[in-house]
Amino acid sequence: MVKQVIANATGSLFKDRQVPLLLTLLWIASFTLALYILEKSVLAFMGILLSLLLVYYTKTSQTVKVVLGALILLVLIPLVAGDNRYYMEVATQVGIYVAMALGLNIVVGFAGLLDLGYVAFFAAGAYAYAIFATAQANHFIPGDLFPLGGEWFWPFLLVGLIVAALFGILLGLPVLRVKGDYLAIVTLGFGEIIRIIFNNLNKPINITNGPQGLTPVATPVLFGVQMNTPFYYYFIVLFVIAFIVLANIRFERSRLGRAWIAIREDELAAQSMGIPLLNTKLAAFAAGASFAGVVGVIFAAKQTFIDPTSFTLMESIGILVMVILGGSGSIPGVVLGAAFVTILQVQLLKEFSNFLHGLNSSGVISLPNQLDPSKFQRLVFGILLILAALYRPNGLIPAKRNINDIEAIKKSRFAKEKLGILANLNEGKRQSG
Amino acid sequence: MLSILPQVLIDGLTLGFMYAVVALGYTMVYGILEFINFAHGEIFMVGAFVGTEVLLIADSLGLLQEMNPFVAFLLSLLIAMILSGALGVGVERVAYRPLRNAPRLVALISAIGVSFLLQDLVRFTEAVARNEFYLNSPSLFPGFLEVGGFAQVPLKAVVVIVFAIVMMVVLTLFINKTKWGIAMRAVAQDPSTASLMTINVDKVIVLTFLIGSSLGGATGVLFAQNYGTIDPYIGFILGLKAFTAAVLGGIGNIRGAMVGGVLLGLLESLAGAYLGPLTHGAFGSEYKDVFAFSILILVLLLKPEGLFGEAVKEKV
Repeated sequence: MVKQVIANATGSLFKDRQVPLLLTLLWIASFTLALYILEKSVLAFMGILLSLLLVYYTKTSQTVKVVLGALILLVLIPLVAGDNRYYMEVATQVGIYVAMALGLNIVVGFAGLLDLGYVAFFAAGAYAYAIFATAQANHFIPGDLFPLGGEWFWPFLLVGLIVAALFGILLGLPVLRVKGDYLAIVTLGFGEIIRIIFNNLNKPINITNGPQGLTPVATPVLFGVQMNTPFYYYFIVLFVIAFIVLANIRFERSRLGRAWIAIREDELAAQSMGIPLLNTKLAAFAAGASFAGVVGVIFAAKQTFIDPTSFTLMESIGILVMVILGGSGSIPGVVLGAAFVTILQVQLLKEFSNFLHGLNSSGVISLPNQLDPSKFQRLVFGILLILAALYRPNGLIPAKRNINDIEAIKKSRFAKEKLGILANLNEGKRQSG
Repeated sequence: MLSILPQVLIDGLTLGFMYAVVALGYTMVYGILEFINFAHGEIFMVGAFVGTEVLLIADSLGLLQEMNPFVAFLLSLLIAMILSGALGVGVERVAYRPLRNAPRLVALISAIGVSFLLQDLVRFTEAVARNEFYLNSPSLFPGFLEVGGFAQVPLKAVVVIVFAIVMMVVLTLFINKTKWGIAMRAVAQDPSTASLMTINVDKVIVLTFLIGSSLGGATGVLFAQNYGTIDPYIGFILGLKAFTAAVLGGIGNIRGAMVGGVLLGLLESLAGAYLGPLTHGAFGSEYKDVFAFSILILVLLLKPEGLFGEAVKEKV
């Protein structure tokens, strides 16, 4: 009885799976206050991040949603967590993975090409910046010009983008001739090849410094300000994400994006509709890769140290988990998936493992080193992948299908113009008549 | 440079025969379901752990010293085959069967998940049981065979090669001569027609997973004997290489998988030994994995049907 009343009440409150605006505002305000008072509360921080999801589901206009989201991201999080390096660091990491997952979403979600070597492009971007922002480039370019200063970070965002896109095209040219599950294996092989090459390219010419890695990578400088704290990286990443989300939305609605989706749904049908398969797939590879390249540059600058161990298959799989779990092809879904998996990894598992370490050192339990929860990445990824495949193959927030509104098309200003076959038909009539 | 050639060839052959048996598991499943069983490498790894654990437990009970090494080896092989076969069937039931009518990529994603899950589960179990995640296998065949006075063949390599050949011969006989073997070939050719001929397709699929997985598990035991140390991650790269071997021979083709495996093992071993000297040290043996993957990519691009496969036209 009580259950039914509650069900009715929540049912009317969350009509069409939407949250009233007032509730959202209340949620944001209360968690902001909570984090402000309880500075180290993980729960409050998660609440603020969750409020972004709530905003997405709020029953209000698009503009209000954007304004609210921007308010949370640009003002509330930096203001409340700004002096706490840890939260900004977590938020930055979430941002980095969101950006990469959005890039992979173009390849896997839109074009339906299962790429298991995505991290190679990330590595390309990271190395493109790191080689020139450390003294490494002196090994093969004479003149003692390097390392470049931090102000070069900004142009290198573009360089990383171009380098990674070129990588994508070069890799795609041979790889994209195979399809389906073969493509998955071949990209996996290529990802490993690139990592092995980066790991061994300290001879005959020392380009990547091999397993020792590259350090110290110059941190960005803007108008003479050293931007080397999580606070600045947070804003840089936010800026990049905004750019990538915009690009994703524009792509999705463009002619190219529709071609990608057509290929995903049925390659043969798409080909018979006149879509050039190889070029369109290459465009998807290049677009996805270029985003990973930009993020790679930021990653190199943020870590100030990179080596091939940051670019293993696990990273590729992790990003894939984010896309699949969130909902491949769905931009809000991918953002949610990336945030969820990253927080699970960097915060929840770590907190749990710290908690167990505390028990361990106080002698309550004895914990072998191998059982540390932070080492259970593979287990977590494995379970998430299986569950997603079995129960939610379309992800947490499935991609929306565009519904063609016939009435709107009839009223559009192009409706009077007869295009394509129709135009020829009329012409034929006129000639015969 | 030539003085190491016999050694390189023996290494290549042992590796190649292991690839060949694991490749059989990939190729049989692919032949019937057209699906890459990504977790097959992990089944192999579980087999290696089960076999080694059997030997270690026998050793700690003091039984190993009293047993004939061949009996101990056969015992560990048998237990590993039973358990890994059961695991393969279980994985099929839980993670693949519900997705049989789903898009192929969804099933592949599930298989990748199983692969990672198994790696961590084995690591977890070993960490609880032994506080370490790698195992050192007791060596049952430490001796050498003198061949013609110029080469010493380790006894373990001979055991690996002989057992691999026995398994492949038995499998070939099974597939060609028995009723179940004929049923398997019929399902591979056309599942719906086979089911009209009163073949229970589900049972055949279970049988395929059982045979492929137990062969994979047995290879794991051979691997542990040959290399001594095993860890939960050995299956991943070996599985990829075995898949490469299956593609090289023509996926879906049993004979092709065998030839492809041996060929890939030999090529990899030769590359590992001679890449360094031939390029004057610029590219050493660390590039041997690159070499194997490049073969995969080249085969897929130039001759996607493999050495023995038939070119398949896509049906519309």
